[in-house]
Amino acid sequence: MEDTLDERRSRKAWMSVLAKAPEGRVAELLDASMARPEFDWLRAPEIGSTMVRARTGATGAPFNLGEMTITRCALVLSSGEVGHAYIKGRRKADAEAAALVDALMQSPLAESLRKSVLVPLEADLAAAKAARAGKAAATKVDFFTLVRGDD
Amino acid sequence: MYVAVKGGERAIENAHAWLAEERRGDSNIAELSVAQIREQMKLAVDRVMAEGSLYDPDLAALAIKQSRGDLIEAIFLIRAYRTTLPRFGTSKPIDTGAMACDRRISATFKDLPGGQVLGPTFDYTHRLLDFKLAADGEVPEAASRPPMSGEVPHVTEFLNREGLIEEAQPEDTPPPDLTREPLEMPANRALRLQALTRSDEGFTLGLAYSTQRGYARNHAFVGELRIGTVSVEMDIPELGFSVEIGEVTVTECETVNQFKGSKTEPPQFTRGYGLVFGQSERKAISMALVDRALRWEELGEDNVGAPAQDTEFVLYHADNIQATGFLEHIKLPHYVDFQSELELVRKLRREAGVSQMQEAAE
Repeated sequence: MEDTLDERRSRKAWMSVLAKAPEGRVAELLDASMARPEFDWLRAPEIGSTMVRARTGATGAPFNLGEMTITRCALVLSSGEVGHAYIKGRRKADAEAAALVDALMQSPLAESLRKSVLVPLEADLAAAKAARAGKAAATKVDFFTLVRGDD
Repeated sequence: MYVAVKGGERAIENAHAWLAEERRGDSNIAELSVAQIREQMKLAVDRVMAEGSLYDPDLAALAIKQSRGDLIEAIFLIRAYRTTLPRFGTSKPIDTGAMACDRRISATFKDLPGGQVLGPTFDYTHRLLDFKLAADGEVPEAASRPPMSGEVPHVTEFLNREGLIEEAQPEDTPPPDLTREPLEMPANRALRLQALTRSDEGFTLGLAYSTQRGYARNHAFVGELRIGTVSVEMDIPELGFSVEIGEVTVTECETVNQFKGSKTEPPQFTRGYGLVFGQSERKAISMALVDRALRWEELGEDNVGAPAQDTEFVLYHADNIQATGFLEHIKLPHYVDFQSELELVRKLRREAGVSQMQEAAE
């Protein structure tokens, strides 16, 4: 049971990394590391929306904030693994690449794909986040006291 | 009464062709790309996403290009496109406490965990036209410092610890959705917030300003304003678990308002809440002020008859697409309606004239 939970957790993590990758990046890394395997569509890439919810006062009752576009697809490799993608935006080619990696991550090729696709994607994301956070940190106000009017 | 008539096809076609030509402008000037609009007109893009109620920067940029920069027309295009999309699901409520903040300020506490982070703000600029932007100029790289570690807690959490501010109790009642059910009164707070987050920025700003000037005064402090990215996570039914599908930029404003207390509530601070897609702090602050004003009933305050306290007035007039639709339809042909009015006025004048003549004769 614990294994299943762990598997689920790591699949959730890599699907999130694949979804957050910039346009074209998953395909680029996948194609650089291997020839794409044969697959059949279970659900060809389709564009739709999801309603984004938020909470009143950040922690209270949920309300509908607005929709966002998403693309989803599902495929099955000839070796039987099923890959899914649910990603932000209207990006059919990215959804296909993400679903392929999702399927391959359940195959014996998982370890090599982790190194060639997921690790670089995670590094990209971390670098982009750090660059923004660094610029934000540089705009943090350091207060200093000019005069204290006690006496 | 409607009467079908034909005609005008060629005039309409030619008008549309001319519109396309005017949209392009002088062809000696380089054409704007959608990517240029997305990157360099970002706040316009954000407004179109917020009021169009669809987060997709490329589509919003395209809509701005197509509408020649008329943002309400662009919002109309986005709303129309939105209706063509199948809805695949609903996200879990986003966690703004875990936001990667570009900006985070508080007007109520100077020194707070996480600090005052100004971000890329217009505040403190001198509002003098910068003619350097008219020439091609390289932008110097902005300064960077080692990122701050740790989460940035919400300001209201500090006040909560002392019980000085009302709490937003966690609960999970599924909210009503005005894109699925017609907006009807009475509207609960979740429905009001959905309507306000997509409401016209100008209308919401005007109402918020009216509360500051004394129409339903509820002196508001900006407890906290934050802008940044949050992850969006949704349940994937075929997998049986939820996945983060991407990130969105949002602006959040929490106001802290004076409250004397009521029969049921002790004196404490109350809260108004604003949350908007994209970077739009004017809208987020306005939303929080109007949200707070609309809460008079649940907080046991007096209804002083101010516009910002009138839920029906606010919600039924805040949507710029509804308003534009009804306002602009009066320019479309009303020949038959007008013909009947014309007949009526002629008849009334005839009758008046006849009686005048009779009076004159008598």
